[in-house]
This record gives sequence, C-alpha cells and structure tokens, in this order.
Amino acid sequence: MAVDPLSKPRKPDIARGAKASRSPWREQAESYFIHHRKVARDSASRMWRTPVASLMTWTVMGVALALPVALLLLLTSLQGVSAGWESGARVTAYMKLDASLEQTRKLAEEIGADGRVDGVELIDRDRALTEFRASSGLDDALDYLDENPLPHTLLITPEESARTADGVASLLMFVESMEGIERVQVDLGWLQRLNAMTDLLARAVWALAILLAAAVVLVIGNTVRLSIESRRDEILVAKLVGGTDGFVRRPFLYTGAWFGLGGGVVAWILLQLSLWWLSGPIERLAGLYSSDFSLSGLSFDGAFALIIVAMLLGWLGAWIAVKRHLDDIEPGEIAGG
Amino acid sequence: MIEFRQVTKRYDSDHTALRQVNFHLDRGELAFLTGHSGAGKSTLLKLLMVMERPTAGEVVVGGQALNRLPRRQVPYIRRHIGVVFQNHQLLFDRTVFDNVAMPLEVMGASPRDVGRRVRAALDKVGLLSKEKMNPLQLSGGEQQRVGIARAVVNKPPLLLADEPTGNLDPKLSADIMNLFAQFSQVGVTVLIASHDLALINEMDRRTLTLDHGNLIAGGTPLQGGFRGR
Repeated sequence: MAVDPLSKPRKPDIARGAKASRSPWREQAESYFIHHRKVARDSASRMWRTPVASLMTWTVMGVALALPVALLLLLTSLQGVSAGWESGARVTAYMKLDASLEQTRKLAEEIGADGRVDGVELIDRDRALTEFRASSGLDDALDYLDENPLPHTLLITPEESARTADGVASLLMFVESMEGIERVQVDLGWLQRLNAMTDLLARAVWALAILLAAAVVLVIGNTVRLSIESRRDEILVAKLVGGTDGFVRRPFLYTGAWFGLGGGVVAWILLQLSLWWLSGPIERLAGLYSSDFSLSGLSFDGAFALIIVAMLLGWLGAWIAVKRHLDDIEPGEIAGG
Repeated sequence: MIEFRQVTKRYDSDHTALRQVNFHLDRGELAFLTGHSGAGKSTLLKLLMVMERPTAGEVVVGGQALNRLPRRQVPYIRRHIGVVFQNHQLLFDRTVFDNVAMPLEVMGASPRDVGRRVRAALDKVGLLSKEKMNPLQLSGGEQQRVGIARAVVNKPPLLLADEPTGNLDPKLSADIMNLFAQFSQVGVTVLIASHDLALINEMDRRTLTLDHGNLIAGGTPLQGGFRGR
C-alpha cells in the first residue's frame, strides 16, 4: 500500500465510465456493504492491538459459556444411561384367583403378540407356591391353608423400544385393562426417581445457563463501555459531521460480536480439553459398572450453535452499552461555552 | 440560507445566552460573528448545528425550521453544514486522508467518490501531498487546513467556523480567510465567529456583533441581499 500516489497508474476513463453507469441504489447498497466490511475488519484489528486484554475477555466469556454447555452435555450423556438401565423394567401381572390355567395361557399368547412386548413368562399358581415355600421359609404356616392362595402370574418383558418410563406405563395400562387380570405391578419407582433427578438437573442447568449468559452480556457491556470511552473523540466527530446513531453504533456492535466469537471459540476449546482430560477416568469408572457410558462431546452443529449464541450475546451486551452510553456523547461540548 | 427570528436561548433562569436575535444570511454571503467572550457566539453556532434548541423564536437553515426537527433527522441537517473549530477536532489515530474522508463515509459515499472528493478538498487547501501523514506530524496552520478540508469535502451549502484563526499567526490567518472567501464566491454561505478585530476589519465584510446576548450590529444584510435564493 505504500506506493507513491503519483506513480500509481490511473484507471482508464472507459472503466470509470462503465462503473458510473450502474444504478445509484446499487452503488449505495454496495458502499453500505463495503462500509460494513471495513467496520468489521477495523473492530477486529482493534481487538488484536490489545491482545492480552482481549484474550482475558475471551477467556471470561469462554469459561462462562463452557460451564453450562458442559453440564448440558453431561445431562445428555446421563439421559442416555437412564435409557439403557430401563432394560431391567419388567411388568408383573397377577391373574384373578378364579382364572383357569387355560385362560391364563390364552392371555399370555395375546399379550405376547403385542408389539410392545418382547416375551411373556407364565408362572402357574402351583409353581408359585413351591417357589414361595422355598424362598419365604413359611413352610409350616402354608400347610394350614386349605387351598393355594396364589394366582397365576405373567412376567412380561417389554420390547426394547418400549423400555422408557412412558412406554412401560402405557404397556401397564394395556395389560391392566385385559379380562381376567387382577393387578399389574411394575417397579417404576427408581426409574421415576432417575427421571425426576435428570429433570431437576436440566432445570438447574438452564437456570445456570441463563445466569451465566446474563454475566456474559454484562462483561461485554462493560468492555464495550470502556471502548466507547476511549473512542470518545471519534464519536464526537462522527456525530458532528452527520453520522447517524446507527453509523456511530456499528463499530461497537461489531466489537461485541467479535468478543462473542472469541469467547465461543475459547469455550469450545475448554470443552474439548476437559472432555479429553475426563474421558480416560470415565471409561474406567463406567467399565467398573459394566456400563457403556461415555461423555459425548460437542458435534459440529453444536459447536457452530455455541459460537453463534456467543456472538449474539456479545452483540447484545454491546448494544446495551451503546444504548446507555453513546447517547450521552453529544458534540455540544466541543464548541465550549 | 440562515434565518434567526426572535431567537432567545436561556440556559437557566439567570443565564440568557441570546436575546431575541434577528438576522438572516443569504446564499454565498460571508459574514463575521464577533463579540466579547460569553456574548453568545458559540451558542449561536450551536443552535445552527442543532446541538442546542432555542428557548423561543425560530432558527431556519436552508428553508428547514430546526425547532421542530426530530432528533433522528439531526444528522441529515449536519451533513449540509461544514464546521471548523479552533482546536480543529482532528483524530490522531488515522491519516489526514481518513480524517477528511469522515463526512463522506458517514454519508455512505462509494470508495471511488471518497478518493476523488477527499483529494479535491486537500488540493483546495494545498495539502494533497500530505494525505498519508498523521495530523500530528503537521503544523498548526496545516492542521487547521485539514479541518477546513474536512468541513468542505461534501460541498455543504453552509460553512461555520468557530475562531478558526485563534492559534495562528497573521500570515496564516490571512491565508485561511482567503480560503473562506473563495468558498463564498462559489455560493457557500460562510459564518465565522472570531474576535480577531484586525482581521475582520481587513476583510471588510458584514459583521454581526453580539453583546450580552443582544445582536447590536449587522442584523440586516448590507446589500444585494437576495441574490440567487
């Protein structure tokens, strides 16, 4: 660029004429975009000129953003686990006492044919009594009974896809409504507890995310406020020569967005680092519980969304600062008393 | 071009900066605004720049009454007014070229136009060879000329100057005044606030004199008042 202006070759007049023939609105739009690009580049290069300060702002943003995202990732991983553990869910259906073995067999077949059911095991009342005798130690007491008090029982294993809290509950309703069934039991308690816990955790994570997002907005707002202070003269002159509010705001909004971009990238790096650092121990721990649990990292889409959200937050913070402080700077003070 | 009708500006109950000021300036007219410090010169200029609004009366610039102008419209009025300050208000974080380009950039002029018009303005004030320098590297007189180039780069119909020669020696001051005279010859209305009486007398132009907020002389145009309106 350091070419002597006199030695710069002049554009031929024909080329100029061709350019001048473009419609004015197109030229206007073009110069608007050129201006945007210039402001964007200028804001970015200003950030590079104070690398340490910028890096610190990025890091603050990065930490504030990485924390809720990390928790969300953990939550997603946990939900995957709870889905896996639900395979233990089994539905036990007790027949009415007067139901015959024949009737029970027919019912077992009917239930077994349902799409949500993987398999049905029939335990007839004699076998149930034998098992009960063996396991309860009430051998003598049972001898006093005139007849077998136990009903026929069906053990129903749900199909893979039905092994969710909702799936099991609907299966339960279905079996319960059938003729000859006295009572249906399923041990949903721990499943519900786990679900309740992940729900609670999800809410806590979102609350934390909102608080930290607000913190990010405030941090950027404050940084942009300082940058407004340091460019006071420029703002005064721009307003003096007829710069609109939009024109004066633009560089600061870009500054906010760039801070957001940096913060988003730092957050992503922090997430990848901690994932890498934790993955070994987690694999070992999961191995001890013979679970295939693993922490899932951020997908490409997720990383992209993280950075976009960070930029929006930066922009928002800048916007708030600009709204609050830019209007105070009026060129009236230049002219003195 | 400029018209003040019974303009009063009161800052608070005991400080009245302007009292019922009446005058008008025509297109291409060059006038001085003088008076002791605190007489209301700056206030008058600020009213023209819509930095302040009058307490009473009406300020009209280019046929536009400024009193009722909404805040959002103010920038567009300022684009038609070039201003030169005593301390020239240049930005030292950019080149002479970029300083002069600011009014064009604000308007969204195309880079091709910006280059052409900035060089024309710098050529006019004799600083074309210094476009790539930082204003800090220039002398006081040169800085003031950069300020003038910036004020005229978008060819405003009205040029205001607040003590433009305050820090300059008589030779440089005369040069600057000649520049202003040239602009008025091509139809720019020029109003120069100054208390450099020697210079004003030498120029022999219409002079508006303020005294404690009252316009005591120069309130009516001398002659040829309505040409080319």
